[in-house]
Amino acid sequence: MMAIRVLSMVFTLLVTVVVWPSTAVGQSVYSTIQRVQQRTVKVFGAGGIKRLHSYSTGFVVSSAGHVATVWSHVLDTEELTVVLSDGRKIRAKVLGAEPQLDLAVLELKAEDLELPAWDLEADSSDAGPGTRVLGFSNMFRVATGDEMVSVLHGVVAAKAPLATRSGAFETSYEGTAYIVDAVTNNPGAGGGVLTTRGGRLLGMIGKELRNAASNTWVNYAVPISELKQPIQQIIAGKYRARQRGADEKDAVARFRPLEFGIVLVPDVLFRTPAFIDRVQPGSAAATAGLQPDDLVLFVNGDLVQSCRVLKQRLGRLDAGGKLKLTVRRGDKLVPVELPVPDKPLTPASGQPKTKPPGGSK
Amino acid sequence: MRFLERDGCPGCRWWPVAIVLLALAVLPRTTLAVDPAVLAAEAKRIAVASRLASSVVAIFSRGGQGGGSGVLISSDGYALTNFHVTRGAGTFMKCGLNDGRLYDAVIVGIDPTGDVALVKLLGRDDFPHAQLGDSDKLKVGDWTFAMGNPFLLATDFQPTVTYGIVSGLHRYQYPAGTILEYTDCIQVDTSINPGNSGGPLFSAGGQLVGINGRGSFEKRGRVNSGAGYAISINQIKLFMDHLRSGRVVDHATLGATVVTREDGAVVVDGILDESEAFRRGLREGDEIISFAGRPLRSVNQFKNILGIYPKGWKLPLVFRRDQVRTEVVLRLRALHRASELTGQPRANRTRPGKPRPGQPPGRPKRRPRRGRRPPPAKPPEKYKHLFVKKTGFANFYFNLQEQKRVMSGVTRLGDFGSAVGAWVLAGKTAAGDAFQLTLADAGVGLSWKQKAYFQELKSAEPLDEPKGSGGFLYAMQMWKTFLANRAKGFGEFYYLGSEPLDGSGDRVDVMISELGNVRCRWYLDRKQGRLLGFDSQREEDTDECEVRLTGDVESGGRHWPKAIVVRSGGQPVATFGVATVTIRKGATE
Repeated sequence: MMAIRVLSMVFTLLVTVVVWPSTAVGQSVYSTIQRVQQRTVKVFGAGGIKRLHSYSTGFVVSSAGHVATVWSHVLDTEELTVVLSDGRKIRAKVLGAEPQLDLAVLELKAEDLELPAWDLEADSSDAGPGTRVLGFSNMFRVATGDEMVSVLHGVVAAKAPLATRSGAFETSYEGTAYIVDAVTNNPGAGGGVLTTRGGRLLGMIGKELRNAASNTWVNYAVPISELKQPIQQIIAGKYRARQRGADEKDAVARFRPLEFGIVLVPDVLFRTPAFIDRVQPGSAAATAGLQPDDLVLFVNGDLVQSCRVLKQRLGRLDAGGKLKLTVRRGDKLVPVELPVPDKPLTPASGQPKTKPPGGSK
Repeated sequence: MRFLERDGCPGCRWWPVAIVLLALAVLPRTTLAVDPAVLAAEAKRIAVASRLASSVVAIFSRGGQGGGSGVLISSDGYALTNFHVTRGAGTFMKCGLNDGRLYDAVIVGIDPTGDVALVKLLGRDDFPHAQLGDSDKLKVGDWTFAMGNPFLLATDFQPTVTYGIVSGLHRYQYPAGTILEYTDCIQVDTSINPGNSGGPLFSAGGQLVGINGRGSFEKRGRVNSGAGYAISINQIKLFMDHLRSGRVVDHATLGATVVTREDGAVVVDGILDESEAFRRGLREGDEIISFAGRPLRSVNQFKNILGIYPKGWKLPLVFRRDQVRTEVVLRLRALHRASELTGQPRANRTRPGKPRPGQPPGRPKRRPRRGRRPPPAKPPEKYKHLFVKKTGFANFYFNLQEQKRVMSGVTRLGDFGSAVGAWVLAGKTAAGDAFQLTLADAGVGLSWKQKAYFQELKSAEPLDEPKGSGGFLYAMQMWKTFLANRAKGFGEFYYLGSEPLDGSGDRVDVMISELGNVRCRWYLDRKQGRLLGFDSQREEDTDECEVRLTGDVESGGRHWPKAIVVRSGGQPVATFGVATVTIRKGATE
C-alpha cells in the first residue's frame, strides 16, 4: 500500500512538472501582486487574550465597501476596524454571515469609498492540482500600520473535500477546498485570498486547521465558486442561512444557563469548552456549589463537548425535574445537582437571542 | 526498496501496478517537450546556487554543540552572521566552507541590537565571497535563495538551498524579549529554519541582499511557517565600518517618540529636554514630514528609518508647526547604555501589549556525541594574537588595525609632535576681520573683532568661548593635541567607523577622542586620509563646536589648513582664513 501511495505521488509530481506553465515571470506577477494587494484589507477586532489573535484578513467585493472575510471570533465585537491597502482605517460592521462556509461579509461605515474591488464573476476562476498560486494575507500581523499584506507562493496540491473525520479537524467547512503546499493558513491569514499568478481569484484562505490526531496542519482555501452566491446575496440583503443554521434557530430552548445562575465563557470557537465564567450569587448554581472555571463535562449523563452543546441540552430539559452536572474542577470530577425551575423561560417555539457577531445595537 | 522486498511487505504485490504507473508517469515526460524557458530558468538557478555555495559558511560554536550560518564578503575572510549565532560561540570559532575544510575564525565586531556580527575567517587571502547587492531594489514577488546550515545538516559543509519569494518589505519586527530588534527587514516565504540564522539571502541574480535571522513561529514548533525575516544588506552596509572597528556597536534614538494621528500624520508625543532635537526646536505636537530624506506616513516607518542607522549619525528631519516648515540636521543619540550592550545582552526591553511575531530561529542544539572530543575551547596558538580584550569592544585588535590605517593619513600631514611651543595662527575671517589664534600650553587665546577670548588649560573647565561657538577655543586645543600627541594625548582614542560628513556628504572615517568630559569626532577622508574637520563636545547633551578644515598651506614641512570653518547649533560662527602660522618655542601666554 505504501509503495503504491508513494508511486502515485511520484506520478502526480511528474505530471505536475509537465503541466506547469512557463516560468517566464515577466512583469505580470508584480502587477498581479499590486492589483491583489489593493483589494486585500486587514481586519482588527476581538481577541488578544490567551492564544486568540485579534486580527484577520478580508478582500473587497464591492467598490461601495463590502469586505468578505472569514467568520471567526475576531468579528465578535462592536469595535471592528478594517485597514485598507492605502492605510486608511475604517469602522465596519458585520452585514451577514454563513458560519457553515466560515464566511462573513462586512460593511464599511464610510461614504463614497469607490474602492478597487474584486468582480466575483469576471475575476474569479477555478484551478486544478499543479496550478501555481499566490496567497495574500495579514498573517502574524506582520504588516502593521499602512503596510501591504504578505504574499506567499505555492502550488495547488489538491482540490478535494476537506476531510472531516470526527475529532481530527475542528472545522465547520466541509465542502471542497484547495489544498496548497505553502504555509498560507497562519494566525490572522483567514479571509485572505488565493489567486493564480495571473491574478485570477481562486478562493478565500481558511482558518488555521490542525489535525488533532497527528498534530499536523492543513493549508486550504474555500473556492470562490462556493462563496460567490452567498456573498452577493448577503450584500443584496437576500441571504438565508443554510440548513444547519436554520436548525439552530428552531431549536427547542426552554432553559438557558442563566436560568441556573451560570454564565459561560464567551462562545468564540467552533467548539469552545463549556467553562463556567461566573456564578450568579444566590442562584441555584451558587447553592449547588458551582464555581468559576469549572468545566462542564456531563449533563444528565451525556457528554458535553462545547458551550453550544451544553446550551442545546439545557434547552431540552423538562420543567420541574433535576439537572445533574459533572464538572471538572482542577483535577477532580465533581458531581452536582440542581433543580430545574417549574416554568420554562420561553415556550418551546422560542429561542435564546443569540447575538450575531459584531451586530450593532 | 530491496529491503522492503526481503521483508515481504504487503505493498510488494502492487509492484506490477507500480511499474505500469511508473511507465505512465515517464511517458508524457518523454513525449511532451518541456518549455525551453523552464529549462533555462532551472539551469540558471542551478548555476547561481552552485556559484554562491562557496561563499556560504557553516559556523560551529565551541564544542560543536550549536551553530548557524554565515557568508563571506571579502577575499581576506570577513564574513557576516547573526549576533545570536556568535553569542554562544566565543571569540574564536570553527567555520566550514564547501571546499570541505574547517577554518579558524575570530570575532571582529558585533551589533547586538541589529543581530549582526562580523567575523574573520583565517588562513587564506583568497576566500571566495559574495557580492553585496542593493536591498532597496527588491520588489515583493522577487525570487530569493536562502543558503545555510538549517538543522545543522551540513556536516560536509555543503549548504542547504531554499528558494522562495519576497513576501513583504520594510517590515518592522518588535524586540523579542531581548534588545534585538529587526527594523526595515525583508520578509520572505523562502524556508528559514533553526540553523539558517546568520546565513545569506541572495537575490535571484546571486547578489547578497540580506542576512537571515528570524522567523514567525507560533504553534507549529520551531520550523518554517511561511514567514522568515532577513536583515537588509543596506542596513548592514551602514554599519559595516562600525563592525570592522571591532566595537560593540549601538543603534540610535532621536530622543523623541511619535504617534500616528487620526488623519495619518506622524506627530511628536514626547521629547527629551536634553536631546538635540529639542535644542533645534522640535516640540510635542509637531508633525514630522520627513526623516532621513524619506517621507513619513506611520510610526512603524519612523522606527524602520531610525532602526537602520548607527548611533551618532546625523540625519535630516523636516517638521511642521502651524504651517511653518523647519528643516534640521540632528545627531542621533545612543539607544542603549553601554552596560546594556556589553553586559548580559538579556536586558528586558519587552513592550507589553505588543505582538512579537518574530523570534530568532535560534541555534539548534546538537547533543555531543559520546567518545568524540570537542574541539579545544582555547584560541588556536597561531592566532591568539588576533584577539585583544577591551571593555566596549568585541575585539580591540581590529580597532588597532583600523587606527593604523586611518592615522597614516595624519602622519602625511607632517611631524606636529616636534612643533613644541605655542602655535600662532593669524589671518582674516571671511567677513574681513583680522584675527589671531594662539594655542599655548597654558591656554588658548583669540583676538578677533577688537575682543580677546581666553581659555585657561591647567585648571579651568572647558568654556563655551566665544559664546555660542560650542567652545571653539577648547576645540582648537583638542586639534593641537590630536596632531601633536595622537592617542597619547587623550584618555580614550579609537576608530569609530564611517559616516557621511555632516549627514549628507561623502562617507568619512571617524576617530573618537575623549579627554575628561570632552569628546571629539575626527573626520578623515577615506582615500587620502586628509583631516577634514572635527566636532568637539564639551559635555554630553550640549551643542558641539563643528570645525571644518579646508585647503592646504605648507609651512615648516607641515600641512596647515587654509581656512577653518566654525559652526555650532546649526548656525555659522565664522570662517577663519589662515594667512600665517608661527611656532613660538617655549612661549606661554
